[in-house]
Amino acid sequence: MSSLDDLYREVILDHYRSPRNRGELPAPPAVRTEGFNPLCGDEVVVYLQVNDEGTIDAIAIGGQGCSISQSSASMMSAAVKGKTVAEARQLIRAFKGLMSIHEGEIGGDGSEAEQGIAAEAETATVALGDLEALKGVVKFPVRIKCATLSWNTLDQALTEADSQD
Amino acid sequence: MGLPADLKSRFPLLQRTVHDQPIRYLDSANTSQKPQAVIDAMSRYYETINANVHRGSYEIAVQATDALENARAKIARFINAPDPREVVFTKNATEAMNLLARAWGSANLGAGDAMLISEMEHHANIVPWHMLAAERGIELRWIPVRPDGHLDLTELDRLIDGVKLVSVTAMSNVLGTLNDVRRLADAAHAHGALIAVDGSQFVPHRATDVQGMDIDFLAFTGHKLLGPTGIGVLWARSEILEAMPPFLGGGEMILSVTKEGFTTNEIPWKFEAGTPMVAEAVGLGAAVDFLTDLGMEAIQQHETELTAYTLRTLNERLGERITIHGPSEPGQRGAVFSFVLEAVHPHDIAQVLDQSGVCVRAGHHCAKPLLSTLGIPASTRASLYVYNDESDIDALAEALDACSDYFAL
Repeated sequence: MSSLDDLYREVILDHYRSPRNRGELPAPPAVRTEGFNPLCGDEVVVYLQVNDEGTIDAIAIGGQGCSISQSSASMMSAAVKGKTVAEARQLIRAFKGLMSIHEGEIGGDGSEAEQGIAAEAETATVALGDLEALKGVVKFPVRIKCATLSWNTLDQALTEADSQD
Repeated sequence: MGLPADLKSRFPLLQRTVHDQPIRYLDSANTSQKPQAVIDAMSRYYETINANVHRGSYEIAVQATDALENARAKIARFINAPDPREVVFTKNATEAMNLLARAWGSANLGAGDAMLISEMEHHANIVPWHMLAAERGIELRWIPVRPDGHLDLTELDRLIDGVKLVSVTAMSNVLGTLNDVRRLADAAHAHGALIAVDGSQFVPHRATDVQGMDIDFLAFTGHKLLGPTGIGVLWARSEILEAMPPFLGGGEMILSVTKEGFTTNEIPWKFEAGTPMVAEAVGLGAAVDFLTDLGMEAIQQHETELTAYTLRTLNERLGERITIHGPSEPGQRGAVFSFVLEAVHPHDIAQVLDQSGVCVRAGHHCAKPLLSTLGIPASTRASLYVYNDESDIDALAEALDACSDYFAL
């Protein structure tokens, strides 16, 4: 199953089997947002706590789903914890760039391809670390939505946290 | 008895490979593959007699009209309907259920009226009723499903009391459960209700007799029974269809139109506004011929044997690691297997199996209330048809075993 190894990299399986920051936070003060993939039933719940300095000082992940959606959520939580809201947003753009550049290549619609070009510049300047392991997902286009689910949910959580201030 | 040994070779798509492996198509509850005979019948229609129907007076227009109406007659015979005029062509089973809800439902269900469906329905037999309920305040009651995958009929008398319509599936698209439609029909009629049956899964796999089942409506789709997409059927008893208001308005469904109004056409055309799906009807007619030649009894026997083989093979090969939902007795179920594999999400299973050429469906199978009752967010489903054989099941078991190892902790 060698081509599958491009999708299911060891670090992905590790995060799937031992998810980081799994659990709940009391909301409020944390914000709680849910994301669904209606096609396959994947579900991600993000609990996010932003302090007065605009830093994410706590994050927890709930929900259930496939290895790609759950490992992406786990890696996302580890990557944004301790970051500022601005840094987290930058990371979201960079990660979506990693996914959407390739969406453009495999024939995604024009607007996404254009966003992809903008995000490509972002990707080049932000270190994605472990998240690079999810790059293989783009070879399996139906799974891209699994990988981006938690990031879209985080995006929503950041917006809600902003509006709480 | 028995199906021809070369049956698979009559399906061109099943000759292809996927990822350099022979294709193992195990998603027929979703859509079936098409025999060459169906593809040829549709091509021949376009190559030789294509014209609009019920209008032209020239030779090919007459032939096209005959082809459409011959297909209708074949389908009527296939479900043992007494009269071809009772067969209404729709886009698919979903549209057939919507026709029922809109045309019959709007004339017969009002605020305070109740109807009864079951927890194992496909969304096509839930959402049209939710929509009607939201508009008119009708009460939707649910027959529960037992953990073994059968309907729980212990409270049937209480649930059915006072309802105007019972609408249930003859065979679950998730569990394969075969429901006792005749018993439900008798109960409905004893309480003065009508009964509609979702035959999408049943009609392709079992001899269907609308008179023997004593039902009032039957909805099914062409593409699950070796036919093309884009055509389905709503069958109903003629006196019910006569009394129903039309569904969509336009050409074909009228006898006359004036500036003041219109009069509707006779059944079934009253419900078939616009140019119908002629080539698709021809294809469905060819599919029905193909199935009739094989024999529905032989198909049932083949699928029951393959069901027993599948249950045995998967349980032996995967043991504790697999949970197969639905009735455990092969004679009480169709060849549809929803299962959960320990520690591997259905979406990942479907992905890994694809690498071995094995096509299965992952998700909620358009039956979220049922999955919610079973307490699982998603499952993997393998579903079989006439062209599947033991080698397909062996490939499934092999791929599942490898998948389980791949994701093992």
